[in-house]
Amino acid sequence: MDSKTQQSRIPSFSESLSQTAVQAPDSATAPENRDPVVASPIREFLAGRGSSAFADRWFRGLMVACALSIFAIVGLIATELVLRSELSLKKFGVGFFFHSGWDPVAGNYGAWPFIYGTLVSSLVALVIAVPLAVGLAIFLTEMCPRWLRSPLAFLTELLAAIPSVVYGLWAVFVLVPLLREHVNPVLAKALGWTTLFSGPNYGIGMLAAGVILAIMILPIISSLTREVMSAVPHMQREAVLALGATRWEMIRMGVLRNARIGIVGSIILGLGRALGETMAVTMVIGNRPEIAKSLFAPGYSMASVIANEFSEASDDLYLSALIEIGLALFLVTIVVNALARVLVWAVTRGAPARAV
Amino acid sequence: MKAKSILTAALLVCTASAGYAQKLNGAGATFPNPIYSKWFSEYSAQHPGVEINYQPIGSGGGIRQVTAGTVDFGATDGPMSNEQLASAKVKVQHIPTVLGAVVPIYNLPGINQELKFSPEVLADIYLGKITNWSDGRIEKDNPGVKLPNTEIIVTHRSDGSGTTFIFTDYLSKVSNDWKTGPGANTAVSWPKGLGGKGNEAIAGLVRQMPGSIGYVELIYALQNKIPYGAVKNASGKFVKASIEGVAASAAAVKMMPADYRVSITNQVGGDVYPISSFTWLLVPTQGLDPAKEKVLKDFLGWMLEHGESEASSLYYAPLPASVAAKVRTTVAQMK
Repeated sequence: MDSKTQQSRIPSFSESLSQTAVQAPDSATAPENRDPVVASPIREFLAGRGSSAFADRWFRGLMVACALSIFAIVGLIATELVLRSELSLKKFGVGFFFHSGWDPVAGNYGAWPFIYGTLVSSLVALVIAVPLAVGLAIFLTEMCPRWLRSPLAFLTELLAAIPSVVYGLWAVFVLVPLLREHVNPVLAKALGWTTLFSGPNYGIGMLAAGVILAIMILPIISSLTREVMSAVPHMQREAVLALGATRWEMIRMGVLRNARIGIVGSIILGLGRALGETMAVTMVIGNRPEIAKSLFAPGYSMASVIANEFSEASDDLYLSALIEIGLALFLVTIVVNALARVLVWAVTRGAPARAV
Repeated sequence: MKAKSILTAALLVCTASAGYAQKLNGAGATFPNPIYSKWFSEYSAQHPGVEINYQPIGSGGGIRQVTAGTVDFGATDGPMSNEQLASAKVKVQHIPTVLGAVVPIYNLPGINQELKFSPEVLADIYLGKITNWSDGRIEKDNPGVKLPNTEIIVTHRSDGSGTTFIFTDYLSKVSNDWKTGPGANTAVSWPKGLGGKGNEAIAGLVRQMPGSIGYVELIYALQNKIPYGAVKNASGKFVKASIEGVAASAAAVKMMPADYRVSITNQVGGDVYPISSFTWLLVPTQGLDPAKEKVLKDFLGWMLEHGESEASSLYYAPLPASVAAKVRTTVAQMK
């Protein structure tokens, strides 16, 4: 991911990147090469291993197989999802994806409230997490005192390592009461007119799901953004500063602009986690397949309904409908990723040195 | 104890290599898993060379796997439907093992008396027709209790579960609107309310939100000391759930069908707790390896003789004597 974004970055500093790429192995072998008389172990190995054409062909074949396995895996998942959801695909057709209603007793199924819940909770998560994550990354790479840098980076990465069920429990016992008693009333008072923050306040609901997802994707976005930003060559920063820019202008024009593809990439990765997150969301979203305008209202997500109902789904149509929800999640992920790529393309088409 | 289990394990390994070991695999309901695990490990300890594995994957999974022949026996909290039985590749017999019950829990700060619910009120709360605790119909059930003027926050299980099956089966029997509306199933289309995954989530939601109501398994309420309300039974008496009340509702079944697929919610009888149910083992009646069949039959006999008496220590209601006697005959008649 990282190396890919680095390679596809704007030509202006691809040069400097390739330079660092060459430098790295050099510095690693430097002590060995200091004295040309001493035989290097690498040289010895290469001399003794036989035909290089043979080795190269094998290596190439192996790597191609690795790459092609992705097609095989995605293909297998897609076929399996389609085959297993045949019953519901036949019964409901394409309408399944746009129909509201989930009644296992009557055998009436539709995925729309779940698709809506997944998209909205992920969107809320991005709205909260992206500014926070980018801000954190800017602080870490550009202005953080050295002694604070590693504890902060360590803590962010620690957040990424916490299992989602632990996040869920924390949300149930800490976040939800906090939202219900302190945050939601304030939101309702200040922004109630938008209807986004109105209606009965249970604490659990779409907003709680969005907030917990935001906390979960924050470390992914911020640590990747940090990596990308620290890969921006110092010359860029110095050049902008030399032109008389303030620190913020330097960050905006010298760093963020050059790192933007990587940042969008990290946001896409975070979004991917948010779309598929199951456990923590199930515990706080309220599990109600309904589309409500208010973020206080309970909702439902695709991953949650599968996790909730799969084990007890005994009749064939029910099971088939649940698998079709899986198919819907698969398709939504593809569409969202495709849209994000189009967005990246649209953003990066522009000239490299505009002061946005 | 540990030494003993190591010994059994060692014995099992020995017998396995000698080719005597008999290994049975079962899967299904999660609700009876604690008692099943206890039974299977005790039975294996007493019968060297026999190993019974049970995977609590849910009733739906249990039904699917046993009827497809991928496991040697299944287990379910809700009886199989006629269509399921008809379309099953492997024919199965339902064997009731223990009983469970579902209790209404609520959170009303300042109310120290125990609340009473009549069936219609419970149904209408879940249908969204009664929305406030100070509703006249709730007050009528609870004379002398000063009910607050607060909104009722309805909570229900979001995961498919036997608990939901028992509860909705009961509501279908006591309310026509429920029967023609949401109906009875392990998961239904709830007219209102917040969903929580598992008993613990429902207990957590109810504990946190004043004015909320929910339902959990009796075992869960007893083990975690969660207060719960009494429910009016079909004889017009308010009964608080207990192991005895649950057993009484099984004993009250007049015509026990030969396949034991019977709902025992809303039974008539003074001590009956109305929201009770059997949980069943699903035993294949054909196509099973004779050696395995022998072990399974022997286990069922052991369960009736020794296992049942251990049920109440884990808060399950054992089969009442009348039902146990009938099951014994059924097991004896199995080939």
